[in-house]
Amino acid sequence: MTNFWFIGLPYAALMIFILGSLLRYKLIPFQVSSLSTQFLEGKKLFWGNRPFHWGIIFLFFGHLIAFLFPKTLILWNGVPLRLMIIEAAAFAFAVSALIGLILLIIRRLSNKKLQVVTSKMDIAVYVVLLLQIISGIWIALFYRWGSTWFASSLTPYLKSIFTLNPDVQIIATMPWMVKLHVSSAFVMLGMIPFTRFIHFLVYPLAYLWRPYQLVIWNWERKKIRKSSKLAIDHKITKQQ
Amino acid sequence: MDIRSQIAMVFHLDKCIGCHTCSIACKNIWTDRKGSEYMWWNNVETKPGTGYPTKWEDQDIYKGGWKLDNSKGELQTNWKSKGLGNIFHNPNMPSMDDYYEPFTYRYKDLFTSEESNDQPTAIPVSQITGEFINIKGGPNWDDDLSGSPDYARNDVNFKNLDPAEQEAMFQLERMTFHYLPRICNHCLNPACVAACPSGAIYKRGEDGVVLVNQEKCRAWRMCVSACPYKKTYYNWNSGKSEKCILCFPRIESGQAPACMHTCVGRIRYLGVMLYDADEIKNVASCAENELVEAQRNIYLDPHDEEVIQAATENGISLSTIESAQKSPVWKFVKEWEIALPLHPEFRTVPNLFYVPPLLPAMATVKDGKYENQADSFWGGIDKMRVPLKYLASMFSAGNTDTIRDVLGKLMAVRHLRRALTVNDQDKDITAIAMKESGLDQDTANAIYRLTSLPKFGERFVIPEAHREEAIEMLNDTEEFKGKTGFGTRKSFERGL
Repeated sequence: MTNFWFIGLPYAALMIFILGSLLRYKLIPFQVSSLSTQFLEGKKLFWGNRPFHWGIIFLFFGHLIAFLFPKTLILWNGVPLRLMIIEAAAFAFAVSALIGLILLIIRRLSNKKLQVVTSKMDIAVYVVLLLQIISGIWIALFYRWGSTWFASSLTPYLKSIFTLNPDVQIIATMPWMVKLHVSSAFVMLGMIPFTRFIHFLVYPLAYLWRPYQLVIWNWERKKIRKSSKLAIDHKITKQQ
Repeated sequence: MDIRSQIAMVFHLDKCIGCHTCSIACKNIWTDRKGSEYMWWNNVETKPGTGYPTKWEDQDIYKGGWKLDNSKGELQTNWKSKGLGNIFHNPNMPSMDDYYEPFTYRYKDLFTSEESNDQPTAIPVSQITGEFINIKGGPNWDDDLSGSPDYARNDVNFKNLDPAEQEAMFQLERMTFHYLPRICNHCLNPACVAACPSGAIYKRGEDGVVLVNQEKCRAWRMCVSACPYKKTYYNWNSGKSEKCILCFPRIESGQAPACMHTCVGRIRYLGVMLYDADEIKNVASCAENELVEAQRNIYLDPHDEEVIQAATENGISLSTIESAQKSPVWKFVKEWEIALPLHPEFRTVPNLFYVPPLLPAMATVKDGKYENQADSFWGGIDKMRVPLKYLASMFSAGNTDTIRDVLGKLMAVRHLRRALTVNDQDKDITAIAMKESGLDQDTANAIYRLTSLPKFGERFVIPEAHREEAIEMLNDTEEFKGKTGFGTRKSFERGL
């Protein structure tokens, strides 16, 4: 069972994520969109969407740092005050994400227009996000100092997955809430190609360095066929 | 010098009868789809009025267009931080309530209701939810409502008029309105393109049409607020932005855009303009009262040998240059200088030009008597029913001299034609009007001819698109054979 949840699921999710996202991006680019509903309802969106996104983005990068630089993080956490700051900040962002998400769910349920543009996969997104954030908050409350023990115990497990040498020994001994958090994270990963989650892959970072104006030519300007030039020369000789 | 060609348009507002045929033609072809019911790529507004979407001209609300940083003389460049910072919630984006909620009627009830003593009715239902809707707004909701407290009084263009001038405009005898047909301006310095975080919006090099790549749009919605004319629309169903495409499939096959083709008042003119792309930035960032003049100067004379030479070197074909020489837009905008851009102060360098309406006060009420103006048949330009300041805030960034010049020419043409056809006025009046306007008789007659009697081919001088050359250059012609066309095999379904 452990092998299914912590070896099978992660690899299946990763495969589906990579292949599915690529295929969706390449084959049906029209369906790659953040599907914003601000046009239909813009006031409540502000109170839900901003706290949710800022919360979830901080948490994502927090987890990423713990995965990429476990030693640095453990050293940093050696000083109790620093540990407290990190834990408090992470908890605050988690609560912000949760409140935002709940407000977004209420907004969607209470607005008839929004229900028209709500797909089944949107509901699945809400369910898995709720599960993920609540289990995360639960772990933060009842299994303290996660920023440290994540780096020392979960990072090796994740690393073993990504280096194609899966080792489930540590994760098998974890409390079931941690197991739930990890599994639902992989489920979420596998859902990306089939849900609006896809929009985070196309966050427009390239906007930062592209010029403001964009002009597209249907001809190669350098190689332009000089038919018009020939015509002009012809005209001029004729006039002479 | 970087010469490019741009398809531009002139709208003669004196000829617009406000029939909305253009809007219907556009809707039937392009926006009769789920999610785009509320969009009017072409709409006709009554001015004074608040327009569509409500108060679109008020950039204090929508923060559209470019602003000039006066200290540096540079255009505002915080689109990027704004675009990425507001990506989760764009505080300046209009919502559906600022347009209207699209509706239809449940006609089926007329046939299926049970027999009773009362007539069955078709109740209005929302085109989004399908449920009963209490209609609060719709297309052209402010049509002809000049003088109304909700619409005309809230016109943003009154901001430069003092209360007495505003009050004068609302006196019954002076009350007036004119129509303002609007489509996308296909700007030279488009704000929608600059504001699009995913780079989905672009300007076509060969004719300047601004388009949204539906496969690259990610619904970040910045174009909707950035366009100061509110001419990019968000499709709530597909999750993509859409805008006027200037009927490019029609233009490419030599047909006039649907809105222009169907125009009942024949107010619209379409033609090619050659311009110097290196100058765009300078034009967009010059002082407010010079904007119109600067924009006029960006368009180059297609008869000038040097311009022709430089244009051909830039790949512009001879047929395009010939179209530019015959362009009615060139005549209205450059030769006669009687067509002006709409709100040049938005600094997007728009390519729609408007001949402002000439609305003379024919009579005034004095001592309870309705009397003709004493001085001449149409009265003076400064006594127009629409104050110069009002027109100036729409068409010349507040510069009343520009408006006076234009109206002076239009008035001179009227006087001249009246003298030639009816001849019931003092000859001096005509002579003075002609002299003040600076027009000679031939030019005035030419203006009259193109205004009143143009044939279809004179109003629409559409350049050849030369798709065949583009195809030759980028594809193997043999391979391309049979591939051209307009269909797509991809589904345009909303994503999950």
